[in-house]
Amino acid sequence: MVPLIEKEIVDKRKWIAKEDFIDLLAISQSTPGILAVNISIFIGYKLRGIRGSIVTTMGTVLPSFLIILAIAMFFHNFKDNVVVERIFKGIRPAVVALIAAPTFSMAKSAKINRYNIWIPVVSALIIWLLGFSPIWIIIIAGIGGYLYGRFHHPETNHCK
Amino acid sequence: MLYLQLFYTFFKIGMFGFGGGYAMLSMIQGEVVTRYGWLTSQEFTDIVAISQMTPGPIGINTATYVGFTATGNVWGSVIATFAVVFPSFILMLAISKFFLKYQKHPAVEAVFSGLRPAVVGLLASAALVLMNKENFGSPQEDIYSFTMSCIIFLVAFIGTRKYKVSPILMIVACGIAGLVLY
Repeated sequence: MVPLIEKEIVDKRKWIAKEDFIDLLAISQSTPGILAVNISIFIGYKLRGIRGSIVTTMGTVLPSFLIILAIAMFFHNFKDNVVVERIFKGIRPAVVALIAAPTFSMAKSAKINRYNIWIPVVSALIIWLLGFSPIWIIIIAGIGGYLYGRFHHPETNHCK
Repeated sequence: MLYLQLFYTFFKIGMFGFGGGYAMLSMIQGEVVTRYGWLTSQEFTDIVAISQMTPGPIGINTATYVGFTATGNVWGSVIATFAVVFPSFILMLAISKFFLKYQKHPAVEAVFSGLRPAVVGLLASAALVLMNKENFGSPQEDIYSFTMSCIIFLVAFIGTRKYKVSPILMIVACGIAGLVLY
């Protein structure tokens, strides 16, 4: 989705300069929530203030909202259809694979090594086996990272 | 009450949804499937499949879908979708207003040094939680279906990981495989 956004708002509409877009992308990625929505809120605010950001957010959200609403309203009529059920029976394991596959590329980009691999392993296991909420994992990991940076590794603070 | 729960749940998901769509999935699953049971594990997998094949962010798609199925009402969708976007709205407005380059701040970098590895764990857990009877069948009940599911999983995994097959193509192919095999 990012190349599409970049093409529209940087190349075509010239609402933001290329360098600023890269900064915006970095900020939007480190802010929680949906990337495309975060970008659109920023652009809307930059152009027309709060009203602008409401409009751009609606613009980003509405197409998905309408498509999925239509599917949600009609899907349960088809769900028990024998043909649909067979199709989804084939799709379900593939979806699990589609979720499992990026775990490894993400591990690479998150710089997982033998010193920090326990973090994803322990997180995954307690969510999977103990039904622990992922929200708590995020909160604990954030606080843990902060404390670690503050008390154990002060030298990393001026590394970058 | 249900509307309030929906709002609260999706607000939390929007608030703590670091790390992109797939990482958010684990959070949605934890709340919507494990905690409230608004969707079964199977329905959750189906909506992920539908999300992959329709444009638009997975966070919005699941909010809209769950909002409707949990309440049977369009307003459920409106509230859940609004709730998932709302935290971004507040945070991004604050950031836009001050244009803080806060991602370079040492404290933020420290927080992210903890978040990044945890997000990998979240993603792994999303896949692990879905490896269940609802999505794969069980070897005791139907050994044929179970074996086929495992083969589809392996083919899809290798195809995505090694040969970079697009998710849409993969889903269509496995849907056809489902029609032929079952």
